Order: sequence, then C-alpha cells, then structure tokens
Amino acid sequence: MTAALSIRNLQKTYDNGFQALKGISFEVQPGDFFALLGPNGAGKSTTIGILCSLVRKTGGSVSIFGIDIDRDFPGAKQQLGVVPQEFNFSQFEKVFDIVCTQGGFYGMPRKLAEERTEKYLRKLGLWDKRATQARMLSGGMKRRLMIARALIHEPKLLILDEPTAGVDIELRRSMWEFLQEINAQGTTIILTTHYLEEAESLCRNIAIIDKGEIIENTSIKSLIKTLSKEVFILDCLEKLSEAPDFGSFDGRLLDEHSLEVTVEKGQSLSELFAHLSAQNVSVTSMRNRANRLEELFVSLLAENKKQEAEMGE
Amino acid sequence: MSVSPQLIWTSFSTIFRREVRRFMRIWPQTLVPPVITMSLYFVIFGSLIGSRIGEMGGYSYMEFVVPGLIMMAVITNSYSNVVSSFYSAKFQRSVEELLVSPTPNWVVMSGYVLGGVARGLIVGFIVTVIALIFTSLTIQHIGLTILIVFMTSVLFALAGFINAIFANSFDDISIIPTFVLTPLTYLGGVFYSIELLSPFWQALSKLNPVLYMVNAFRYGVLGVSDINVAWAFAGVLLFIALLSGWALHLMRHGKRLRH
Repeated sequence: MTAALSIRNLQKTYDNGFQALKGISFEVQPGDFFALLGPNGAGKSTTIGILCSLVRKTGGSVSIFGIDIDRDFPGAKQQLGVVPQEFNFSQFEKVFDIVCTQGGFYGMPRKLAEERTEKYLRKLGLWDKRATQARMLSGGMKRRLMIARALIHEPKLLILDEPTAGVDIELRRSMWEFLQEINAQGTTIILTTHYLEEAESLCRNIAIIDKGEIIENTSIKSLIKTLSKEVFILDCLEKLSEAPDFGSFDGRLLDEHSLEVTVEKGQSLSELFAHLSAQNVSVTSMRNRANRLEELFVSLLAENKKQEAEMGE
Repeated sequence: MSVSPQLIWTSFSTIFRREVRRFMRIWPQTLVPPVITMSLYFVIFGSLIGSRIGEMGGYSYMEFVVPGLIMMAVITNSYSNVVSSFYSAKFQRSVEELLVSPTPNWVVMSGYVLGGVARGLIVGFIVTVIALIFTSLTIQHIGLTILIVFMTSVLFALAGFINAIFANSFDDISIIPTFVLTPLTYLGGVFYSIELLSPFWQALSKLNPVLYMVNAFRYGVLGVSDINVAWAFAGVLLFIALLSGWALHLMRHGKRLRH
C-alpha cells in the first residue's frame, strides 16, 4: 500500500548554517492518526514547512500518496491540507471569503467552493460568523477558521501544527471529536502538539523528533508498554495521619487524604489494593501523577541528551 | 500531474477578484485621494497657472498637461496597489495561503499585477472624466493610447510586486515611490516639453523611462511627442519582460517568501 506520507533522509540546513533536520525518515500510513512530537526547535515545523513548500529542503525525498514533491509538487499539494501554528490569513477579510478564496487557489469552481465553505463553516461552528472580519474572532474561532480553510479542497492528508494551542478545554474537546470524525471518514491526520494527553487519546502512531533527528517511531501502544513504572495518586476515603504500609510497593503520604504509589512493571494493582484494604485504607479514586506519554517523552529526551553528552566526551 | 488550465484560470481569477475587492473595499484610501490630487493639479497647473503659460507643443497648457497627469495617476496607483497589497499579505503571512496551494508562481504574479492594473486603469479613467470638465479631449490614436496605458500599468505593477518581495518593513515599500518613482514622474515630461530644456538636460531626460511612456500616451491623445513612439513601446515591452523574469526568479528561489 502506498504510504500517505513517506519521508526519506530529509535534511534542512538554513542559510545561517543551522542544521534543523539531520536526515529524518518515517512513514505515515493512509487512514492513520499520527503524532509528530518534539520539544520546541526540534524540527517539527521545519518538516511541515517542507511538506507544504514554505521551507526548501536541502536533501532527501518526500512523497505524499506516492507523489514525489520534486517531480510534481502541485500534484502532491492537492493531497495535502495544512493548519499552521501561527494565524496566517488576512485579518480584514471576512470568514466566508477566506475559506472560499482558498478553494479558488486549488482550482475549485466558485459554486463548489461556496458549497464546501458553507459545509465546513457549519461543521466547525463558524457559519454565524461568516460575514465577520477575521480580526473580530476569538483565538479558538481563528483556529477553527484555519481548519475549515485547510479542508476546503478535501485533502487526503491533513497536517495540524499545534491546533489546540491556547484553546479552552471545551473547545479543545469539540475539536478532537471533529478530527476523529474526519479521520474515521478516511482522512489521514498528522498532529503536532505539546499536549501529550491529546496525542495519547487521539493518535495511533507516533514519531518523536529531537534536535533534527527521529528518536522514536512506533505505535503509541508499543511506546506505552515500554514504561518500566507508573506513578499513581490514590485518593482515600478516611483521613490518614501517617503513611500505611505499602508492602512491596514504593509509596508515600502526600496529604491526609492522598497517597503516591510507584507501580513497577510486573507488579499488580490488585495486590496493592488488597494490601491497603487489609489496613482499612479505602481508595475512592486513582489517577496517573503525570500523563504516561509525557513521562516517556521526557525520559526519551533525557536519554537522547545523555547519549549526546557521552558522544561529546 | 501538470497544473490544469482550469486550475490556472480559477486561481488567477480568484487572486484578481480578491485584489479588486480589496481596493474597492477601501475606496476612500485607494480611489478618492488620487482623484482629489489630480483635480488640484488640473485647477492649479492647468487652469490657473496654465492660462498664463500659453501654448506648449502647439496645444494649450491644459491640453498638454492632461495626458501626463492621467499617466502619472495610472503609474502611481498601479505601483502602490501591488506593493501595499503583496507586502501586507507577506506581513500578515496570508501569502502562505497561495504558496502552499498548487497555484504556479507566474499565476500568483499575474493575479497581483492585473489587480494593480485594474486599480491604475480605474483611477486613470476617473481622472480622464474629471479632465473633461476642464478641457475637451479628442483622442488621435485610440488603439495606441489604450495599449501604452495598459503596458505602462503592467510595468509599474510589476515593479511594485518586486518591491514588495524585497520589502522587510512598511518603510521599505515607501522608499522607492518617494525617492525614485516621484522624481522620475515629475521629471518625465508630465508638466513640460523637454524641448524647453538645454541639450544636456534633454539628453539626460532621455534616460528617464517615464518620459517615453508619458510621451507615447501624449502622442496617442494629442498626436505630438518629444520622442520616437516606437522606442517607447519597445522599451516598455523590454522592461516588462525583464521585470517579469526577475520577479519569477525571486519567487522560484523563495526570496523573502520561503526559507
């Protein structure tokens, strides 16, 4: 099967000599919901910039649904929709015009562009704002406007560069639902985000990029399985004056109603609860201290940094 | 897949329509000021001072100055429309809407340039109508007149496009109009015939490209010119070809548009 996105040995060195991408390679399969993660300055936006021609690569190859961008960039661009990190529309144009005009840039007849504009503005809850100048919209509405604009030509591959940055929780969740809906309808989605909870709940596969190199490329499930331990916060019904005995687990009293327990790979939570129950400690709820993917992400970056330091020595 | 003719046409007409919509939306900034300025020129230079100057090139001063003033309005408006619109698109990053699309560079350039031409010609038409209040105009060579005004408009719209590509700030888009375009226009035979100048200044004036365009237009309207009109057409065509090539080269290499 032809990959939705195939990147081979992609390199980018800027004019000032900064090497943003040091030969990255990965593939995204059709229909996937893929997370491209990395700290600030890792090379995510450079990669996306190359895919949509705003950044010129200095080496390697990119194919979008089998179309090599060096051979037929216009053809590849027809398959691609991009929602950038920064707002990049005319602040003085009306919402409807911004979306409809983009259809024209993809060769869509006016009537079809108008129909699609209505369709996506309605889906994204912006139809009532169609005659409003973009500068009058809230931050969340501006993000949704960019999503509607990116979808106007109904691309097979949609790339979203931090689409939920600065968006409130309610709106973020409605955007997640919308993205899951279009993904279920067959659109391949690549997402970059700093909210790892978002990546964990939406995406199936992941690539982590750091300092211009891919340091992990696997499925989210496989990655989560590599966690050697998880730290949980347990909320207790009764007031605790001192920490109970945790048996073979490592734990501590956080405050009079909560405990922090580290569960190593292979240890059973049932065993922990049974142990606490025997001491009349009733647990009412539990949660991870931090997002699991976040813990892995931080540890992978730390490991990469350590390896680089060792190589430097 | 090569870019289809339908995509080229749709994309071009979308850019052109957006450009026209932009300058029509802000008509108090784009259409009214040149009309007021040119009306003042007609009143002061044509009517008040012109009546004391007498004939120039065999015509009343008002008749002489009208073609030059129309051309001046066309030149400045074609230039300023493209330079401000394309630079604003760069500044707000909305130019990325076009750059990420399959629209070829030459279509982007043509859309913006023709948008500038539309404004230049609309302002030129309004100024012509106002000029008719002050004097009667009988156009001697209608085809030549329309052709030279169109070509001049294209040339200066292209120059505005290149200025916008290079510009890094709003200051950068006013430097060329202030320090290059205005002096060239004022010294380009709009207000006087170069026959009034000494041989040295006449020779120097002939290095000014605006002189050729103004005189070619004046030839079309009045049938008189300080220069050979064929040279004017050849020169404008040559500059259009050179500036188009330069603009496309800059876009292809992503000058200040892509990284």
